[in-house]
Amino acid sequence: METLTTSDISPNSNGGGSPAPKKKKGLWKLLAQQKYLYLMSLPFVIWVFVFSYLPLWGWTMAFQNYKPARSFGEQKWVGFEQFVELFSDERFYLVMRNTLAMSLMGLVFGFVVPIIFALLLNELRAVMFKKFVQTVSYLPHFVSWVVVAGIITKVLSTEGGAVNQLLMLLNIIDEPIQFMAKGNLFWYIVTVSDIWKEMGWNTIIYLAAITGIDLELYEASRVDGAGRIKQMWHITLPGIRSTISVLLIMSIGHLISIGFEKQFLLGNSLTTDYHEVLDLYALNYGLNMGRFSYGTAIGIFNSVVSVILLFTANGIFKKITKESIM
Amino acid sequence: MPNKAFNATKSEKIFDVCNIIFMILVLIVTLYPFLNVLAISLNDSIDTVRGGITIFPRQFTLDNYKTIFGYDTLIQGLKVSVLRTLVGTLLGLLSASMIAFTLSRVDFSGRKFVSTFLALTMYFSGGLIPTYILMRDLNLIGTFWVYVLPGLVSAFNVFIVRSFIDGLPYALQESAKLDGANDFTIYWRIILPLCKPVLATIALFIAVGQWNAWFDTYLYNGSNSTWTTLQYELMKVLQSTQSGGSAVNANDMAQKMAQISPESIKMAITIVVTVPILVVYPFLQKYFVGGMTLGAVKS
Repeated sequence: METLTTSDISPNSNGGGSPAPKKKKGLWKLLAQQKYLYLMSLPFVIWVFVFSYLPLWGWTMAFQNYKPARSFGEQKWVGFEQFVELFSDERFYLVMRNTLAMSLMGLVFGFVVPIIFALLLNELRAVMFKKFVQTVSYLPHFVSWVVVAGIITKVLSTEGGAVNQLLMLLNIIDEPIQFMAKGNLFWYIVTVSDIWKEMGWNTIIYLAAITGIDLELYEASRVDGAGRIKQMWHITLPGIRSTISVLLIMSIGHLISIGFEKQFLLGNSLTTDYHEVLDLYALNYGLNMGRFSYGTAIGIFNSVVSVILLFTANGIFKKITKESIM
Repeated sequence: MPNKAFNATKSEKIFDVCNIIFMILVLIVTLYPFLNVLAISLNDSIDTVRGGITIFPRQFTLDNYKTIFGYDTLIQGLKVSVLRTLVGTLLGLLSASMIAFTLSRVDFSGRKFVSTFLALTMYFSGGLIPTYILMRDLNLIGTFWVYVLPGLVSAFNVFIVRSFIDGLPYALQESAKLDGANDFTIYWRIILPLCKPVLATIALFIAVGQWNAWFDTYLYNGSNSTWTTLQYELMKVLQSTQSGGSAVNANDMAQKMAQISPESIKMAITIVVTVPILVVYPFLQKYFVGGMTLGAVKS
């Protein structure tokens, strides 16, 4: 992954036009002249090295039979044994299925719904109302998953949960459904909670992109007799296409590392076969059972797949849309 | 606005009405759960068992709040959460703005290296277990600093601030230089005050992240009530009564409290955890919308 280029990071514009660095200056003179800049960034570089790069060294654990009491030199090297064990564990495939199912559902709905919501918000004429809806829709994003999981459990509960009450009132069901106890509903519950929490927040970037669309396009299309829905389809949506591609590539890169907060908080022993995801598996089998090497192997698998997905997605998009993030 | 109301046809009016109805539904679905939790937290706990509380309390009382503020672990969690939010935000702002300032200087010779070094961290991480082992080896487990130190430097925040500084006129720095200011003075006296809007944005991001975090408490300080956090206490209380139990340690005070604590008390804790965020965020909204957009375009 060190081969990732970061041309997008280096700035190509600088507001006030700072001076070009003077060349062929003595190294010491340069260091002396920029000592404050170095003093202000070096401590943090060391910081990043310790907390972000040093854990990568821990990846060696996956090729050892790591015992906490021994020093690095005394560890027993076992090659790919941990990975062989991982790939021959039936549980691993169940966990992979859950991870992929929830991340794919999250990707599809978590991606499409905010776009539709942004398009519809943009069509609201009453400015005050639009602002109000926006403000309210951001709100769940700022609340923790602990609180959201509590709310979801409450809303879906059999004792006075709003969803069950509504369904009973409408005579759709005769008795309350135990939503949280049904494993096969778990994926949907996670997906819907995610949409509830992040829909508004994810529209911010799209709304910003929509403001950048030339208004004359809309006027011209009106003269040609295009209605609101036609305008949305032919002007607004193509207008935010590049924003959509960039965000899509980024979310594909994170496809497999969906985290485990929601699954940890919403799941219970009745839903284990449906809620256990890769990270949770690493937590349970790796950390809680003290099998550090095995857990690390799971983590490595996770990272490698993420990077492959990121590159693949980026490559495909580069070909199709000429948009790329790298 | 693209939609000036000339020649609004019948189908467009129908579209508008449907759209407004949809938005009202969105509002209800978003707000109702919060109002419901608030109403239950303000309702008499014995009466709550009868069910049927919607958005108004039936028997108003503040007893639930009095009860929860009587629990020592919760008060301790509250203190720690406030402390980590304050310390984490201040240090996070300092680190992001300092690095961003040096990265915005085209004449800084280490710029390319620092920028790449930081950017790479956005694409990978060591993973759960190597990180845990690092914290153990650094003797951070069981301490307060495990909340603040690991996430102190965030590449995303640095790039947001840098985009903002890039937009400031360089002439300001040049004239300060002529007056004899060194780079640190320029940062502290000129750049930092001008960065207030973008700093407000990332302060909100960091503060919300710190306030909402619970997993680091679970992982590193779960057995140590000195550094417990409010979110972690809430997590234990909410999880312990869910069907089938959870990963929480038994024979611990919050657990016992959870088993006997009625719905109303749980909801009161939820409100205590949520309110600080609800209070702060409307004021910062104009900043974070700008900040998000800036971050998305440039990084």
